[in-house]
Amino acid sequence: MVFKRKDNRKQDEARPITAKVGVIDNAKGSAYFKIGDTEAYAAVYGPRDIYPRFLKNPQKGLLRCHYNMLPFSGMGDRVRPGPSRRSKEISMVTNKAFEPVVMLEKFPNSGVDVYIELTETDAGSRCAGICAASMALADAGIPMKDLVVAVAMGTIGKEVLVDLDYSEEAFEGEEVADIPFAVIPRTGEVSLLQMDGIISKKLMDEVLKKVMPAVEKIHKIQVDAIKAKYGVKK
Amino acid sequence: MGKLLVKDKDIVVPGEVMAEGLDFLPGGNTRREDDKIIANGVGIVNISNKIIKLIPTNGGYIPKRDDVVVGTIVEINNKGWMVDIKLPFRAMITLKDGSSDYIQRGADLTKYYDLGDLVMAKICNVASNGLLDLTMREPKLNKLENGRLIEVSPMKVPRIIGKKASMITIVKEKTNCRISVGQNGLIWVSGDPKGINVAIKAIEKIDKESHKSGLTEEIEKFLDEQLKLM
Amino acid sequence: MILSKEFRKQIIKSLDEDYRLNKRKKADFRDINIEVGCLSKAEGSAKVTIGKTVVIAGIKFNLEKPYPDTADKGGIMVNTELLPLSDPDFESGPPSINSIELARVTDRTVRESGVLDFKKLCVEEGVKAWFVAIDIVPLNNDGNLFDAAALAAVAALYNAKFPTVTEAGTIDYKKLTKEGLPLKGFPTLVTVRKIGDHLILDPTKAEEKFTDARLSIASLDKDTLCALQKGGEKTFKLEEISKALDLALAKGEDLRKVLKGVCK
Repeated sequence: MVFKRKDNRKQDEARPITAKVGVIDNAKGSAYFKIGDTEAYAAVYGPRDIYPRFLKNPQKGLLRCHYNMLPFSGMGDRVRPGPSRRSKEISMVTNKAFEPVVMLEKFPNSGVDVYIELTETDAGSRCAGICAASMALADAGIPMKDLVVAVAMGTIGKEVLVDLDYSEEAFEGEEVADIPFAVIPRTGEVSLLQMDGIISKKLMDEVLKKVMPAVEKIHKIQVDAIKAKYGVKK
Repeated sequence: MGKLLVKDKDIVVPGEVMAEGLDFLPGGNTRREDDKIIANGVGIVNISNKIIKLIPTNGGYIPKRDDVVVGTIVEINNKGWMVDIKLPFRAMITLKDGSSDYIQRGADLTKYYDLGDLVMAKICNVASNGLLDLTMREPKLNKLENGRLIEVSPMKVPRIIGKKASMITIVKEKTNCRISVGQNGLIWVSGDPKGINVAIKAIEKIDKESHKSGLTEEIEKFLDEQLKLM
Repeated sequence: MILSKEFRKQIIKSLDEDYRLNKRKKADFRDINIEVGCLSKAEGSAKVTIGKTVVIAGIKFNLEKPYPDTADKGGIMVNTELLPLSDPDFESGPPSINSIELARVTDRTVRESGVLDFKKLCVEEGVKAWFVAIDIVPLNNDGNLFDAAALAAVAALYNAKFPTVTEAGTIDYKKLTKEGLPLKGFPTLVTVRKIGDHLILDPTKAEEKFTDARLSIASLDKDTLCALQKGGEKTFKLEEISKALDLALAKGEDLRKVLKGVCK
């Protein structure tokens, strides 16, 4: 039986995406990434001085990603402001997702801070945050080898789905796996991978096969958004 | 053999493959992986002979009002002088800002600054469309003559100048050179040939080792050594 | 941002001629834009843009036990977070005193104005009442967060709709009712800032840095004040306070018109 998605979405189709750079005037670089009902802003400051001083590294710069969900962002109860264990973990894996591409050696003794704020969440928030952060880092002129593209892959029953929404993530009655990926688009290297749920090895192999086409589509949207700032039409 | 996948002045993003084949050489802000030349940031493609480099659109230097910059006169029209300051921004000295003298419309502008001249100017306005207005109307702003120009990364300029100009002052005094540092990374050194050589070597050393602490003392030693050798 | 004596001299010099950095007069506000219903997961929301300052407010409802001394009333809670995303000078960490002051001044603007009838939020006296949480954050700070936050809070309140309550008494946030909050009036906040001998409204971030003292003034209409807060290191002369009140009441009316245009 084929799992029917909302709005007649195809299994390999992500939700509608809006992406824009240069949305926060004070920031060196910034971006907005909305996928379905999940909306993320990212702002980059730096390279700039680092405090506390002992974090300064004469050989390479320090990248710090800060992920946060705003109190009004979730369907349901208000989220208490402040860092939670979850947001700290997401900040950390987000950081790791960028470490292979950001050329830290080009800004020694300095730091680059990336602030990611989720104003609306409907699953896939860490992926939306990474997509926004990727564009914001590029917009800020931070030297990087490639963009990073993140997509919330998932499975329901025996089906592989691209970009799970909240209702799919919370689906009951079949085995569900929620598998966020962050990928370096040119090489297909994976810089973030997590999984919650139950999935067979065989099905996971199928997921691995379907990641790149999903990544490529999102990558194109990011590239167009970055270039649009300079008047480059799609 | 080689294939160019972009044109001069194209905008590229990190990870974009700009050329394939060993014919091309990676310039600034690009890298080679296997036989591909790939962008290391968002920038404007600049192809010169076989060297592909990127002029970053952000990141290095963001022109601000009152910044002093060094540039070359590349065009003269009835409005004034267009200046190349090695950035993807157009910069212009208008007639009224050319000199503390009053310059009449229709005057021969080459008498002030000719094509190819180097000038030290100050940014008096950054327009929202990226056009920079430059002025030459202040005492220390003038045509730069009888010297050599070097280029460093704009990000290194503060280090080269040093706290309260301490670093650059040491270089100037020891080499007996006049040195004009532009915030855009272009530096003019003028003096006797020996002095100029040593000064430029020192500046290049600071550029390379800007992350080191105690650099000021090291540069002082370096200058002493180098001057003895000359 | 570097504070320089030269820059301050320049600002005061232009104020002497009633000419500010962007050709504004001392009592001029920058362009204001208010967008409501912009956050799909909040029960009410608003985005306020004043010049380059952008602020968003989101409202979340909850059913809680009323406080013992106000057993027949619901309530509001205002929280602000000065997001480091919006300003290189904002640091991560627990709320700074500036963030707390901003929240409390916005709270008083809403609470003291009586715009929301807390008694009507009561569901069962002593047992259950609606509590409305208003969370306000800047997305970009180019000055005057106080006035922007107050506008956002009121606009969001007018935009809010109650969620449905199930038979079991739990809240179903997915289904919003068509019922809005019991509101009346449009309180506005106008913060007057003193630079040298000049009183200005709606400063940019740069102008804010040179402020000697500020007075936030909340009003209900052209004659009625409902909250005051003085901040800044220096003092106001008594005549200056009276002048500031006049400025704020007049401008408060203008802001009220903008609010009414957006809040149906």
